[in-house]
Amino acid sequence: MKLSKRIFAGLATASLAVTVTACGGSDSSGNFDDTVTVGILHSLSGTMAISESTLVDTEKMAIEEINAAGGITVDGKSYKIEYIVEDGASDWPTFAEKSKKLIDQDGVPVVFGGWTSASRKAMLPVYESKDAFLYYPIQYEAQECSNNIFYTGATPNQQSEPATDFMYKRSPAAGGDFFLVGSDYVFPRTSNTITKAQVKQLGGKVVGEDYLPLGNTEVAPIISKIKVALPDGGIIINTLNGDQNVAFFKQIQDAGITPSNGYYVMNYSIAEEEISTIGPEFLEGHYGAWNYMMSIDTPASKKFAKSFKKRWGSDRVVADPQESAYNMVYLWKQAVEDAGTFDDNAVREALVGQTFDAPQGPVEVMPNHHLSQTVRIGEINSEGGFTILEETGVVEPQAWNQKHPSSKGYACDWTDPKKGEKYRL
Amino acid sequence: MQLILESLFNGVAIGSVLLVAALGLAIVFGLMGVINLAHGELMMLGAYSTYITQLIFKQVSFLKPFYDSYVIVAIGIAFLVSGTVGILLERTVIRRLYGSPLETLLATWGVSLILQQFVRSVPLAYGSGLVISLFFGLFAPLFISDELLQGAKGKLIRASTWGVSALLGVATGGVLSSLVSKLSRASARNVDVTAPSWMRGGIDFVGITFPKTRLLIILITLISVLVVIFFLDKTAWGMRIRAVTQNRPMSDCLGISTETVDIITFGIGSGLAGVAGVAVSLLGSVGPNVGGNYIVGCFMVVVLGGVGNLLGTILASFSIGIMTDLIGAGRLLTIWPEMPSPIYSTIDFFATTSMARVMIFALIVIFLQFRPTGMFPQKGRMVES
Repeated sequence: MKLSKRIFAGLATASLAVTVTACGGSDSSGNFDDTVTVGILHSLSGTMAISESTLVDTEKMAIEEINAAGGITVDGKSYKIEYIVEDGASDWPTFAEKSKKLIDQDGVPVVFGGWTSASRKAMLPVYESKDAFLYYPIQYEAQECSNNIFYTGATPNQQSEPATDFMYKRSPAAGGDFFLVGSDYVFPRTSNTITKAQVKQLGGKVVGEDYLPLGNTEVAPIISKIKVALPDGGIIINTLNGDQNVAFFKQIQDAGITPSNGYYVMNYSIAEEEISTIGPEFLEGHYGAWNYMMSIDTPASKKFAKSFKKRWGSDRVVADPQESAYNMVYLWKQAVEDAGTFDDNAVREALVGQTFDAPQGPVEVMPNHHLSQTVRIGEINSEGGFTILEETGVVEPQAWNQKHPSSKGYACDWTDPKKGEKYRL
Repeated sequence: MQLILESLFNGVAIGSVLLVAALGLAIVFGLMGVINLAHGELMMLGAYSTYITQLIFKQVSFLKPFYDSYVIVAIGIAFLVSGTVGILLERTVIRRLYGSPLETLLATWGVSLILQQFVRSVPLAYGSGLVISLFFGLFAPLFISDELLQGAKGKLIRASTWGVSALLGVATGGVLSSLVSKLSRASARNVDVTAPSWMRGGIDFVGITFPKTRLLIILITLISVLVVIFFLDKTAWGMRIRAVTQNRPMSDCLGISTETVDIITFGIGSGLAGVAGVAVSLLGSVGPNVGGNYIVGCFMVVVLGGVGNLLGTILASFSIGIMTDLIGAGRLLTIWPEMPSPIYSTIDFFATTSMARVMIFALIVIFLQFRPTGMFPQKGRMVES
């Protein structure tokens, strides 16, 4: 843990240096008593590079901002954050290997990293065995609660559950039947298990589900199944990943599965970034559920989007995963300052209960190492953004989902040594 | 009736994507025996050509009125682009490896990685410039009389055609990157081909929606197949290709330039991969990995159909297409909903896209156990066998 924190600090320092240079002028080494190096570990090559590189950009920006505001103050000393960026190369064992390198060789106190659940599962044993600390920023299927990971993305009860509720009760297809489509890996399957349980509770009906093997873009059989299962329209829950969404939306539109014919798709993996790739003309009228949407009309949200565009180019967009990545850097900084040390165990204790005025609104670190956050349902508009329809209050995270049959009745609490990873409520 | 028609259409639609992708491979692998693992990347180049053509039609003012027809232009451009790169590949790599399939396999796999990285790291404008340089550099000498290409002077002329082509390529790259800003930066991001409005949506007929893009892909496939059959059966070069396929040394003795035949065969096979790229770009997104998703299916189709037999390739694609629809879309469940529940749940278990793929591969493997040479094995007097 200690080591990991140091890594993080180092990364952050490096990042600061970059920022300062980029801003042009101010002396990067001045005004700081010391530096701390942190680790950033995302895929910069391979399939996931497109998505994960946006997180690297955001984390660099957050570190630069912190440095510009005077860095981290620990014990009265100001530290400049530097960073080491490692490439996970969209290859899960590489994530584990690079984690070891960052912890053992570079001695960073913290690593910000990961996107896919597969990469997280590969890294988890490394952080647990070395008692280091990973900050993981993506909305995921939960059913996991590690003392050595801090999860800043949404758990299913902070994304899919409110979204299913909205679709069944208040969408134009309210009361309709459900069809579940996803890519064939752990997140869609777990998420759909939860959705099925929830639809049953609500009194609705899931009339079909299908999974597309990763890399396959032939969706014709799925379209036939949707048409047989939902002849007069209905609700489609989509957990397809990446490119497969492009094929899916292009082809369902041609086949007449559109909002004007009564078919409404709720998406869990399509944010602003993906909308601009797929094209808003294919997505208009469908829905998305996230904690952060670029169209949130608050000064914090606007400032976040504006700084990102200023730093990385006016054509760039910010989306929910980036916001999570941004929050975790700040939360780490606050926790370190409160703990008065980079030592992992102390920072972990100080982390729980931290609050931050995030671009999405206030967030708070809960004892289960997840964040309580706001959930928003948006309709995709022709400009490629979301028109926000609904906002829940702050929702507390469930690391162990209360609708999934295998985890019902369990919770996680790292502040109480008797409870820990999984205890019966 | 409606169900049978819909199922048949879906099967043909899935099958024709497979067929158009496998057609080039059927020629390169089937007729020449070259295991070209870069075939998928040649498709990818075709898909990127469609994207670039689309952008040019959108941005260049005098082409704007013809935007709706860009897909048709793209087919020709994709054929030339992939054909050119294919010929370069044949001249530089594969020619030296005829007769050693394992080395060809490894070398072309390497080429496929190079091509993937190329589209990621090189701005598309300059990539197109490079292809144009290659195109003129490779083909210009064909239009210069042989006398001029003799001796020392000939060398100079050859060098100068390459020089001019290179300049032309650089100029095209420069013009493209200034005209279309999206092409001036390298990006690993997937790009998107948007079908013109007349191709969006579907046609409703006897209660079934036929998506227009699918119809267009079926049409492209049909035309490609007819042209290939016509070329192989009715033209002089087609006859030479068949002769070389059957007996290379004998054809050589009879005065057929086997080297030229190799170039033409490989060029056409690669060009067809480009056409397949256009079709694929209409269905999904265009990215460096787009070809890799199809390559296994292509080889499967060619092997199942019988190597070297075009009719086999056609039948194999459509049978795989129809099977995918029958199993994946759970047609049996729709036809016979009252079937006994153990059978119902068994079929229901297999009625997903993932399981359909597994089932089809398993069936193909079983089929090949009994008929290892495919549906229509090449009969007759092959020298190698």
